[in-house]
Amino acid sequence: MVGPNGAGKTTTIRMLMDIIKADSGEIRVFGQPLKEETKNRIGYLPEERGLYRKMRVSDSLVYLASLKNVESRIASGRAEELLRQVAMLPHKGKKISELSRGMGQIIQFLVTIIHDPDLVILDEPFAGLDPVNRMLIKDIVMELKGQGKTIILSTHMMNEVEEMCDRILMIDEGRVVLYGNLAEIKWRYRNNSVFVACEGTIGELEGVSGRKEHGKYVELFLDGETPPQKILSQLVERNIRVDRFEVSTPSLNEIFLQVVEKGR
Amino acid sequence: MKKTWLIARHEFTLTIRRISYILLTISFPLLALLGILIYQGVVHWGGDGAPPEELKIGYVDNTGMFNEYTSPDGVVFMLYDTNDEAKEALFEEVVSEYFVIPEYYLETGVIERYTTKRELELPGETMALMEDFLVANLLSGEVHEEVRERAQAPLLPVSTRLDPETGEVIPPENPFTAFALPFIFALLFMMSLFFTSGYLLQGVSEEKENRLIEILLSSVSARQLLTGKVMGLGAAGLLQILVWLASAVGLAAIASATILPLGGLTIPIGLIVFGIIYFILGYLLFGILMAAIGSIGATARESSQWTTIVILPAIIPVWLYSLFIINPDHIVFTILTLFPTTAPVTAVMRLSIASLPTWELLLSIAILIASIIGAMWLVVRVFRAFLLMYGKRPSFREFWRYIQAG
Repeated sequence: MVGPNGAGKTTTIRMLMDIIKADSGEIRVFGQPLKEETKNRIGYLPEERGLYRKMRVSDSLVYLASLKNVESRIASGRAEELLRQVAMLPHKGKKISELSRGMGQIIQFLVTIIHDPDLVILDEPFAGLDPVNRMLIKDIVMELKGQGKTIILSTHMMNEVEEMCDRILMIDEGRVVLYGNLAEIKWRYRNNSVFVACEGTIGELEGVSGRKEHGKYVELFLDGETPPQKILSQLVERNIRVDRFEVSTPSLNEIFLQVVEKGR
Repeated sequence: MKKTWLIARHEFTLTIRRISYILLTISFPLLALLGILIYQGVVHWGGDGAPPEELKIGYVDNTGMFNEYTSPDGVVFMLYDTNDEAKEALFEEVVSEYFVIPEYYLETGVIERYTTKRELELPGETMALMEDFLVANLLSGEVHEEVRERAQAPLLPVSTRLDPETGEVIPPENPFTAFALPFIFALLFMMSLFFTSGYLLQGVSEEKENRLIEILLSSVSARQLLTGKVMGLGAAGLLQILVWLASAVGLAAIASATILPLGGLTIPIGLIVFGIIYFILGYLLFGILMAAIGSIGATARESSQWTTIVILPAIIPVWLYSLFIINPDHIVFTILTLFPTTAPVTAVMRLSIASLPTWELLLSIAILIASIIGAMWLVVRVFRAFLLMYGKRPSFREFWRYIQAG
């Protein structure tokens, strides 16, 4: 879930979690309107997050898991397992206030997943994390994804989206402005050109309407009907040694800016 | 219900482990016990010590009418011939003070008194002793001995209070039970009520400040959260009150055996039963209001400043304590018993001296229950929305909008 500041990402998530009520419309989670019991199947890491500062790490995890209907005994075992996974088992007896900010954020993330949810909603999970902890959380998120969990990630970091997400939902001013499979979207917003670096001259190619020199490589603009594969096959047929052939697609960041600009 | 119970249990255990809670709970019984022990010690050691030195007062008689005299309390009035002799005796601490009876005393009644002590006004005890000396001398030989003695102590009052409705004699009250007990109970009750609802305020505003509220609301509803907190902290407050009541019963037994004014002191059973009922109802009302304040304030500190709005009206009965002592059935106390935020403290004060008519008791409880339901209805409407307003205080317009939107 991406969108500029104030687009309504957090508000949408809060409505989804029934923390605030929608003015109109209907929200269905797991195919049904949200019930209190359904909340137990969701793990939510809010953008504004914190913990009981005077509580011990393990007690915090067990108590917040118990609010998701997990038995204390099971929650205790799961807490130990997760703490071991993030190499924080030695800190389980410490008070939250004794942990560093980064460690606290890791514990908040563990609170989100301790009850083994089917749906994980992460609102800016990487904000304020150092590269090591960011990688740690990213690995766990990818592991959850591998287990077939549904993950909704709300973020400003487009590189994380490109690396982790299958589908993107872009919203602006409370409205959906773009939704779909990430690869399809990138294809849809492609620049209709290819970058080619090769030895010798390329010459005239069928389907190319123009070209632009970039020093070590050249950008070939296609006529709109010719696919990039046809350009590559023409180069191969002419026995030209191709060092680089790349379909020019904009970054997600560029698409984001393009869509937001267009919408305004 | 299970989640409400979990929150209640969590809040209860968190509170009873707080150092401030433990100290407050045990400090009152311990301080009271310490007071009793100190009193016992003073009585015990004071009793075994040397008898107090005989009090002597000097006088110079310029009328020739006054003989040396020893009062029934053993105070000796010593005659000196001159003012200088009496002054010397005063400086040498032979006498504690002296006075001069001038020649024209019978016409004017003027007595000149000399002392080395700093006094704002003539001490009542000295006045009584001098009067006793003067009357004894003036009437000696003039009237019958019995008349003289009666003139020295003309009044030993025996007062009886009658019930204006039944005309029956009301048994005399223990001064402690009548005057101090309502105040002590009101004070302890008020402290427990405010501390417990204060924990609720602190808990809510800390969770808001620590950004925990959204995590909690993703697992439980605002109603479950509020109800669980009110239940858990209410139980902690009730436990505190029970500890104090149990220790008060024990301490009363110890105190009444040793401290004379507390003889026969008992805690009325009605006070215990209705005290607990009023505590629960009072706590629910104050707790809900405190939780609302906790959700409004941007920080715990800001929220605590707002609590004055709730606390000030609640302590009005204690401000009016002097009026209460004179007339606990005054119309003001009927109004305060019926008004929801002043009802718990006023009712406990009146119950401690058995001065609360049944109709007032029942009506007051009914109004309190109705107020709690009304407050809960209002607070649940704004609680969730205000908790999520980080760093911003809601305006009155927003408050009204959330009330209407429900």
